[in-house]
Amino acid sequence: MSVVANPRIRIRFSKQGKVRFTSHRDVARIWERALRRVALPVAYSEGFSPRPKISYGLALPTGYASEGEYLDVELDREQAESLGLVSQGILGNPQDGLIGRLNQVLPVGIRAQAIAPVQPGSSSLQQAVVACTWEFEVDAAGFDEVEAWVSRVLDADEIIVERERKGKRVTDDVRPLVEALEVGRGRCGTGGETVRVTAVLGTQPRALRPVELLEAMSVDPTAGPHPPLSARIVCRMQQWTLRESQESQESQESQESQESQESQESQQSKEDIKITQGDARVEPLSVDAGPAALVETRV
Amino acid sequence: MSSLWPELERLLGEVQKPARYIGCEDGMILPAHHPDKAAWLLIYPDTYEVGLPNQGLQILYEILNERPDAVAERSYAPWTDLAAVLRREGLPLFSLDTHRAAGDFDLLAFNLSAELVYTNLLECLDLAGVPIRAADRGPEHPLVLVGGHCSYNPEPLADFIDAAVLGDGEEVVSEISEVVAAWKAQGRTSREDVLLALAGVTGVYVPSLYTVGFRDDGILDVVRPLHPAVPELVEKRTVADLADWPYPNNQLVSLTEVVHDRLNVEVFRGCTRGCRFCQAGMITRPVRERPAEQVRTMVAEGLRRTGYDEVALTSLSTADFSGITEVVADTVSDDACGQVSVSLPSLRVDAFTVGIAAQIQRARRTGLTFAPEAGTWRMRQVINKLIREEDLYGAVESAFSQGWRRVKLYFLTGLPTETDEDTLGIIEMAEKCVEIGRRHQKGASVTISVGAFVPKPFTPFQWFGQNTEQELNRKVGLLRDAARKAKGVQLKWHDTRASVVEGLLSRGDRRMGVVIEDVWRNGGVFQEWGEHFALGLWTDAMDRHGVSFEEHVYRHRHEDEALPWDHLSAGLHKDFLWQDWRDALDEVGLEDCRWTPCYDCGACTGYGIEHVVASAIPPAGGSQGTGQELGPDRVGAVPVGLSQRRPPIVEPSVEPNLLPAGAER
Repeated sequence: MSVVANPRIRIRFSKQGKVRFTSHRDVARIWERALRRVALPVAYSEGFSPRPKISYGLALPTGYASEGEYLDVELDREQAESLGLVSQGILGNPQDGLIGRLNQVLPVGIRAQAIAPVQPGSSSLQQAVVACTWEFEVDAAGFDEVEAWVSRVLDADEIIVERERKGKRVTDDVRPLVEALEVGRGRCGTGGETVRVTAVLGTQPRALRPVELLEAMSVDPTAGPHPPLSARIVCRMQQWTLRESQESQESQESQESQESQESQESQQSKEDIKITQGDARVEPLSVDAGPAALVETRV
Repeated sequence: MSSLWPELERLLGEVQKPARYIGCEDGMILPAHHPDKAAWLLIYPDTYEVGLPNQGLQILYEILNERPDAVAERSYAPWTDLAAVLRREGLPLFSLDTHRAAGDFDLLAFNLSAELVYTNLLECLDLAGVPIRAADRGPEHPLVLVGGHCSYNPEPLADFIDAAVLGDGEEVVSEISEVVAAWKAQGRTSREDVLLALAGVTGVYVPSLYTVGFRDDGILDVVRPLHPAVPELVEKRTVADLADWPYPNNQLVSLTEVVHDRLNVEVFRGCTRGCRFCQAGMITRPVRERPAEQVRTMVAEGLRRTGYDEVALTSLSTADFSGITEVVADTVSDDACGQVSVSLPSLRVDAFTVGIAAQIQRARRTGLTFAPEAGTWRMRQVINKLIREEDLYGAVESAFSQGWRRVKLYFLTGLPTETDEDTLGIIEMAEKCVEIGRRHQKGASVTISVGAFVPKPFTPFQWFGQNTEQELNRKVGLLRDAARKAKGVQLKWHDTRASVVEGLLSRGDRRMGVVIEDVWRNGGVFQEWGEHFALGLWTDAMDRHGVSFEEHVYRHRHEDEALPWDHLSAGLHKDFLWQDWRDALDEVGLEDCRWTPCYDCGACTGYGIEHVVASAIPPAGGSQGTGQELGPDRVGAVPVGLSQRRPPIVEPSVEPNLLPAGAER
């Protein structure tokens, strides 16, 4: 008897408002309960204490918002087939009602946005993502001050940050992780104009957090001492994955094929990635949206 | 009356576990406040993780929000980091539901489940911007209420609270809401008016309307009403039938992990086993079972609604629930519920119990917990926990033979009349359990957890002079030495220093108020947390205010001595408790009154209510830790001595006061 892999689905969701103060682990538990409540036939691990087979993408730091979070859910093949979920292909269709049912049971602030099947053999969420687009407002700083910071970052040859890892102090050059950085003006309620930054930051070999970058480069060596910049309401806007080849770009209108491409990128090509405006090699890790335009790019 | 969220949102990045403060739980209610409605803020004065699952608070939250004249929101004690941030920013304590300032509510109602949280009550009031002393509050301030088990002796908090509510809250909160809504309608004029009106509600005690006298030797003399309209004896409230109160109907599901993070369904309230150290068992009488059908509905609907995969059937002794076997079997075999595990807290010690546990723990047979409480039969007769050795060893044999690898046993030390032989009996018992276990499994081990006994009001041990800290430490030392030599036995014990402070607060009088305030002013919050508890803060404050452990904790109290809670009633007659105390000293056990005629303790007869149980026939399984021969073939002598005044034993099936659930409705 040949072993047929369980079907997997990928769900994209947003995390906004009060609920962004929940941790990555809290969100995992919220999803486990939500999936039980909509009676989706989730596959369970074998053994002593069976766990639902759900995998989550790159952890979102507690307190950050997101417009693009993902989880992969493995379904029990037999149950899914008996419910007709596989044969009818309805999981690939965002209109099948599952999104609506999930949004009825998810807490305010967490919203399922799209669901699509994952091709067998495709790589995990953690492996697939190479960069994230972030947006944040800079607290108590003028446009010029932030613009100067953006220039400093983009002009730097290296940006050394020190951090603690497994009890040891390690230093990294995070400059290669800064794929794009742009400053703009936003509006914040009645509070008038705010300064908004959009950043595309790499995640391989490790994910760079926007606040880490802000702290590392916020002191202007020429301007003397002044308070470091700080960010408020950091939001992950998009996660990016590698596109396998040029040919596949042609079919990017088709959501089905986008999903299949996610699975095909190789470990090799990740290592020297540089994302540029309109870069054909990357696409959003998405289950329904087209690629977003990249901004202010370092070439 | 606006939301503080925009300010809080900016600050939550600075504190640990910010999800504690966001609310947003499934089941949360966003009530519509209105000037005509009594606005309650229900506060659990410990962390969110500990407080959120509290069933009492959740029950009242739902009942109040269903009323047209009331709204209720919730708050929990902010951890020290947030408290510091709030003070720095000049922000008050807030509700989690609409993030409204605590001072904007009409009532701040605290749930007191443990004495060591008393300083947190002051912390919450201060953060709320409410004067901590009741005497300093005006009509513009909220009323400060306490409820829960500790409110049976609210005297240590008398300076800080406006009222204490005794007993079940389901009905009395509605009467309080009416009084407060009427007070608001009249323009919230005088605080005395509303307090007097509250004192007229059965179950509500207003400390400021009573005066306390002391004898020349400093011992409490009497607590007397100051006003002709207030009762000399404040009686507790008891709901007659749990079937009328299927709450919580929408259990709150936290977004972040909390203790008891599962569906909780209360299967009965009250307990008649009569363990003499157990305050909960004494003050919550009589037994009121929820109909099995209602339990099934609450379990099935609760699981479907919450998405939990675990349900706890809660009570003081869940294996005593009539039809427990059927309810458990139905739950684990209900396909609609998916892979559900059932937990039964407070299991009694016998093989029957292990049978139920085997039914529900098919996979995870890692550990099973029993509470024999004392190491010798003599000691167990004194405390009336009538588990025979064969009950325990039968249970342990059954557990190890069915695949459990670890057994945990709970014990108390510092019990009345306890000798070193009794103390060391704990280790002997544990060793015997290991020996039994190793017949079945090579690596069988037994963990014993030993707590220091703290006498509580409204128990037969309320007269007992608690063991001193030194004596408790000596006993723990004996246990440690003995445990070191015992193979397969692991010993854990509780902090004896916290036990003596708990003793001070549990049976203290109004003179404890200055001590509590002093400790709080010196930074003593979260005293129930080992990392924050500081005995020195307490002993320094006691020295400054002339309060000693010798007088208030370690001293045996006399029969003719007034107790600080004598003007309050948990239904139990004081002479019943005194007789039970004498019986304890005589090593005489008292059978579970569920299977015997009434002893007239007062809990039923005083209120014209009865036990509500579905079955008068004890389930199979030996003595079930009552020391009685129960079950259909029950014959012969009971292996406990019964005092002369006790009525003779009759067949339980002909007991007239055991009614099927709901028969009286």
